Amino acid sequence: MLSKRIIPCLDVKDGRTVKGINFVDLRDAGDPVELAAQYAEQGADELVFLDITATHERRKTMIEMVKSVARQLNIPFTIGGGITEIADAEALLNAGADKISINSAAVKNPGLIADLAKNFGVQFVVLAVDTKHINGKNIVHLNGGRLITALETESWIKRAEDLGAGEILLTSMDHDGTKKGFDCELLGKINKTINIPIIASGGAGETAHFTEVFQKAGVDAALAASVFHYGEILIPALKQELRQNGIPVRI
Amino acid sequence: MIGIINYGAGNIFSLTAALTRQDITYGMVNTVADLDLYSHIIIPGVGHAGAAMQKLTQTGMVDAIKVLKVPVLGICVGMQLLTAHSEEGNAELLAIFPLKTKLFDKGLSIKIPHMGWNKIAFKNNFLFEGVAPETQFYFVHSYFIEYNPIFDIAAVHYGDKFSAAIQKDNFYGVQFHPEKSGKEGERLLKNFSNLSL
Repeated sequence: MLSKRIIPCLDVKDGRTVKGINFVDLRDAGDPVELAAQYAEQGADELVFLDITATHERRKTMIEMVKSVARQLNIPFTIGGGITEIADAEALLNAGADKISINSAAVKNPGLIADLAKNFGVQFVVLAVDTKHINGKNIVHLNGGRLITALETESWIKRAEDLGAGEILLTSMDHDGTKKGFDCELLGKINKTINIPIIASGGAGETAHFTEVFQKAGVDAALAASVFHYGEILIPALKQELRQNGIPVRI
Repeated sequence: MIGIINYGAGNIFSLTAALTRQDITYGMVNTVADLDLYSHIIIPGVGHAGAAMQKLTQTGMVDAIKVLKVPVLGICVGMQLLTAHSEEGNAELLAIFPLKTKLFDKGLSIKIPHMGWNKIAFKNNFLFEGVAPETQFYFVHSYFIEYNPIFDIAAVHYGDKFSAAIQKDNFYGVQFHPEKSGKEGERLLKNFSNLSL
């Protein structure tokens, strides 16, 4: 049986990981390569790197970082942030990235999803969607929730699947940072309407939240950042608990 | 030394990185003449099987690959190329194995692609020497190789049972990505590099 995946997400700026890291054995908490290797060692199934660099040098530093990670890491990883054209994606693929995640660029130009799928295969294309509940509707947001769009989350995801997205990374901006659990209702609803894998994101605060999102929403993977970085949840313990609850995991 | 068939079907950075981590030396096979330089051959491949077969045909290496006597390992689409036919692009392939590569059946209420870690049941084969039972490997694919007990050396379930690994004489294929499957994947690559016939 296919295992449910646990995915730590790392924010990267200028080739360095940001946010506090609480691993004991880490010589350099800002080194994405060392941090990634540590997560792989702990049993992470996959990693997501979100690049938040805003300088002109971003592409070059991103490629260099991806190469360094790919040299060392023996599990798959996705890279997201600032990918707007085929050339960006191709450079990342050649540097060893397994998947790329696109967000704003796809909203501005949905054809990008189809172009990426055609060039590199659907398995390479993750559509990241930030969603917020507004007046009874789920609305797609950009720029970390600051910019509202006219798109309804459910229909946007369905359209992205038709265009060639291979996986959906859905972040609830209402739940993100609250540590009160994932938005199981929305995730479950969307999971039923699509035939591609979906990664739950936003709201993880304790191990029970992961059990809940797999059991209630039936998602394929769950992503979190701070609970892993600060050592509040340790992946081996999390996976043991999931297994005890009858959820298939890789241990 | 391992020769990697360099035919432009997908990126091989992760594969070469995994070989380097295992201190396995490798080089690129660009022409038929290059095939003689290596003791082992890997056929990588990501993407569309039909398109990959076209690219391989363009290298002029197809006939030479079919008669190779050294150990050959096809990975993912590289494995599918070893079969006779793929539903992806309705393509005729190398036909080293009389097997078919088929599209997953959506009717089985499974998501496509088959993406993630799945447990394989492998047979007693040198490729899996030292690999713990119940080990999971990383898969990402929308087409699969039909199960046939004659060639199957590892089976996996997703919707239905299919082959995660096959062997016929010196030809091996794995549907999963050993270069992305943690330490056990690296062990498999090491085992392959140590294979002698």
